[in-house]
Amino acid sequence: MRWMGKINPVFLVLILLLLAVAFLSPYFLQPAGYMNFLKRAAPIAILAVGQLYVINSGGFDLSAGALVTLTVIGSSILLNGDPSATWWVICVMLVIGAMVGVANAFVVSYLKVPSIIATLGMMITLSGIALTWSGGAPRGYLPENFRFFGRYLIKDVPLIQLLPVAVIVMIIVCGALWWLMHRTNYGKQLVAMGDNPQSARLAGVPLVRTRTIAFVVSSLSAVIAGILLGGFAGVSTDVGVGLELQAITAAVIGGAQLLGGRGTVGAAVAGALVLQTVFTLLNIFGFPKPIRDVVQGLILISAVALASFRRRNSGG
Amino acid sequence: MIAFLKRRSSFLAPVLLLAIAFGTYVGIAIATGQTQHLTAENLIGLLGRSIALGITAVGQTFVILIASIDLSVANLISVSAVLASHLMAGDPGSIFPAVLAVLLVGVVVGAVNGLVVTRLEVNPLIATLGMALILQGILSALFTNFAGEVPKEFQSFAYGEIFGVSTSLLFLIALTIAAWGFLRFTRAGSNIYSVGGNADAAKLAGIRTTRVVIMAHVLCSVCAVVAGLYLASRLGSGAPWIGRDGVYDLESIAVVVIGGTALSGGRGGVWGTLMGVMIFSLIDSIFNLAGVDAFAKQILRGVIIIGAVALYAARSRRIEA
Amino acid sequence: MSKVKPLFEMRGITKAFPGILALDDVSFDCRAGEVHALVGENGAGKSTLMKVLSGVYQADAGEIFLQGEKVAFLHPLESLKQGVSVIYQEFSLLPDRSVAENIFLGREPMRGLFLDKQSMREMTQTVLKMFGDKHNFSAETLVGTLDVAQQQMVEIAKALSLEAQVIVMDEPTAALNDSECELLFNLIDDLRKQGRSIVYITHRIREIKRLADRVTVIKDGKIAARFDHVPETDQIVEAMVGRTLGQFYPELAAPDEIGETVLRIEDCSNARLHNISLDLKAGVITGFAGVQGAGRAALAMAVFGADPFVSGAVTLEGKPLNLTSPRQAAQAGIVMLPGDRKAQGLSLMQSVFDNAFISARAFSTPLGNPFRTNHADRNDIQKLLDQLDTRAASYDVEIKSLSGGNQQKAIVARWLALKPKVLIFVEPTRGIDVNTKSAIYRQMRKLAQQGAAIMMISSDLPEVLGVSDRIMVMSDGRIVAEFPNGVSEADVMRAATHSADEQIVQGVA
Repeated sequence: MRWMGKINPVFLVLILLLLAVAFLSPYFLQPAGYMNFLKRAAPIAILAVGQLYVINSGGFDLSAGALVTLTVIGSSILLNGDPSATWWVICVMLVIGAMVGVANAFVVSYLKVPSIIATLGMMITLSGIALTWSGGAPRGYLPENFRFFGRYLIKDVPLIQLLPVAVIVMIIVCGALWWLMHRTNYGKQLVAMGDNPQSARLAGVPLVRTRTIAFVVSSLSAVIAGILLGGFAGVSTDVGVGLELQAITAAVIGGAQLLGGRGTVGAAVAGALVLQTVFTLLNIFGFPKPIRDVVQGLILISAVALASFRRRNSGG
Repeated sequence: MIAFLKRRSSFLAPVLLLAIAFGTYVGIAIATGQTQHLTAENLIGLLGRSIALGITAVGQTFVILIASIDLSVANLISVSAVLASHLMAGDPGSIFPAVLAVLLVGVVVGAVNGLVVTRLEVNPLIATLGMALILQGILSALFTNFAGEVPKEFQSFAYGEIFGVSTSLLFLIALTIAAWGFLRFTRAGSNIYSVGGNADAAKLAGIRTTRVVIMAHVLCSVCAVVAGLYLASRLGSGAPWIGRDGVYDLESIAVVVIGGTALSGGRGGVWGTLMGVMIFSLIDSIFNLAGVDAFAKQILRGVIIIGAVALYAARSRRIEA
Repeated sequence: MSKVKPLFEMRGITKAFPGILALDDVSFDCRAGEVHALVGENGAGKSTLMKVLSGVYQADAGEIFLQGEKVAFLHPLESLKQGVSVIYQEFSLLPDRSVAENIFLGREPMRGLFLDKQSMREMTQTVLKMFGDKHNFSAETLVGTLDVAQQQMVEIAKALSLEAQVIVMDEPTAALNDSECELLFNLIDDLRKQGRSIVYITHRIREIKRLADRVTVIKDGKIAARFDHVPETDQIVEAMVGRTLGQFYPELAAPDEIGETVLRIEDCSNARLHNISLDLKAGVITGFAGVQGAGRAALAMAVFGADPFVSGAVTLEGKPLNLTSPRQAAQAGIVMLPGDRKAQGLSLMQSVFDNAFISARAFSTPLGNPFRTNHADRNDIQKLLDQLDTRAASYDVEIKSLSGGNQQKAIVARWLALKPKVLIFVEPTRGIDVNTKSAIYRQMRKLAQQGAAIMMISSDLPEVLGVSDRIMVMSDGRIVAEFPNGVSEADVMRAATHSADEQIVQGVA
């Protein structure tokens, strides 16, 4: 039975939920069904992993959702339908994302503002920028080659028939971030710092650099998620609303410890898939969309409560 | 004497900021030739524009004093406004039961927040964020637009006047005085400072810290629903987005912090919070006088909030990250 | 006197913590109207015993009697209500509240629904009157504005207002100057006259002589000696130290093991340190003694760059060095093992490996393999941990499951991976049981023999005297004396306190 204790319960929950969905909706078993599911889950999974970097460092990044919106709005305005501009616009958006991450890290590291306030302020600021830029209503549109990442499906793939580009992006991004978190010196320092910043500092870990990279990773993942969402959802001013909370919820479902020190990329992705599956189930049962929020709120609180319960019982 | 100064020193920063904001306001009004804004009536009216924020922030002061935080107030305001106008449905006879029902909702939400924070040991940020999602979800599922309408009589809460001063402003001032008296002259109020200042010492002295935390959350939520009632009265009806649109969660926290209440708890008070509210309404008015565009205003707001918190370098044990 | 029945009595108290037997069959009592001094080294079990008395801890075995009746306190509040008041070294005061509010915390007088601030003030003033006119603050003063001596008075006033019959004071003079001490002593005399029982925890002989009616010495969790009078200084010291020093401490450095100067500090100062000049030689263990607050910890933090010097010159192996952060210091080869392991040394949720690897990783390519760093790979760390005899189920378990001594070894391994030139040990054996202590001393000596210069800062004076090749004494942020190994405790204490008549046995260091 000991091996049972080692497996993160999120994976078992995910399997059970997927079985439930498959049982309730046979469409889900077809390539079009599950690939569509994965495609929709891709932005949340990427955001969750980005968020995990900041959570593991001991903070929160609440500006991610607003950055998604800014990415979609900004890209559509800059592109204005011109396909030849796609590549440099993506580069500009990634640079903006990196700047946002650096700014968040600066405010937290040097101005000593708690990350929750710093990134909430950044969230307001970014939505303000998005609204100012667009004049309150979305303008311009995204050319096909920009939307390629979010909505194109590669057909006639052996074995699985269909393969959305978004899923490839998800696998590449999450794979790279898994490697960075769990297979490099940087990742190990990040987690050690979130566990105990004081001891990490006295062990020689460069705190500011480590934290800055975490915030930048989170912001870049928001930009990438924004590009995917712009691809399949189109341009709107509320595309990113609430995504940061979904990302935090996903990471927490995956067992990430708030305020740092514990959390794996694989479990965060699984957490995102759990959340997406729950949303799918709610759809199948025909609940109105806002009920998602209710369920998400309940999951968020229960996951954290469960974690602190387990911690109390294990005497740590 | 030193003790007196030290006790008041937490007022120094907000007073200074208030003076600067006021000076800027007067300066811009004169420079842009809009001196008609400088009448006493207009200046009193400044605070009048921030009644909802003020009521919410007084409540937020309680939870921040115990080193917790409440991010669910904005959504609770929406719930309260919508529920009140829906229940009243234009009928003056329903005012009393509707207000009672809404207050009850406030008590329940606050108690749940407090219980989740204390009994389930959930980080207060997450507990109240989760509550915010739940409230918003339920509300949006049931209502999609302005719901019901409040009777004329109820609108006097927002628009009435007593001796030429608006009822709502008097209410805010009365609320602040009551909150101040509660914090300063009752054991429960004293316990709030003790638990926020040093929960271990308070526990050692036999204070039931759990109850104090729950009480603070209940007070905060009740203030939020009252703010919702005020908004319903002012707008004539409640809509499920009015709380979120007002960013009352973040702004109430910001004005509390600007008012000199430490995010780490145990220090500060409601008068500082009221000053914070005045500072915010002055900033708003400055933007209006200077003709800053509405969206740019939002950008500046975010920056000002971060700057204000940075200014106090407020760090909290529970919230520090 | 001895016929008087004790006000409280503890019999056969035993208390174990994971990995350490803190109290082993300890009996202790105190009568009305006496001061009973409880004496012992740091970590001997004095504070634990008093925490058992007040109900912070529950004893694993043993009984407590209060005024003849058996009691078992589950919470400090219960003992407070029965008149037992413990004043800890760390006060439980609220800095942003007034003196009166602190004294009546949780039991404020009421008039109807409201606090009766008037009588709260008056009652506070009545209590404060017992201090004479020396307290210099009023009921309204904010506690945060008071100095340590005054805060101590507030704690005592709290005990008095509770009408405590048993008052325990845990090293109350640690942060007081002479005149403040005298004030406290007079106060204690008054309390004794009023018939209260005072348990006075200290390791200063002068205070024992001035105050105590009886003395009990506790060592390694056991009663080492009891005196129904105030004994000679030597008797107390013998009971406190009484171990066979020869086996316990490793050999000193042989002349041929002493190498070149590695680190030279010349006339360095910062806010807490003044004109520090110091040479650290390879192969030598330099110990630092001094009373609490003398600047030893500040010196460690300064040399490690965590709280840097602002003036003066530092040279490492002849090259000038600008120490501004721990990272820089470690890169240059100066490393520190922090005194508060839990707060400063460990990432508790991470594995033993991760804790031992952290510094090697911090100084390697960020994108490199974390188990094959530029400084050490998995085998190297494994070997280091093995050599240090780190006991763990596996090096992959969370480090919080290890005992204090084994956690310390992981921190040592962390630094050894970087092959440091200077190692600063701060309180290396705090919270570590006696048998492991010796192993840690031997390890320090071995590192010195391999060519490292070692700084050792400890509150345990016998340890400093036993391990160090040379002993530097600090006071008020300065180095005031230097002694070779073999110096007596008394000489070190004299230098540390600038006064020949004040003999301190142990707070020194």
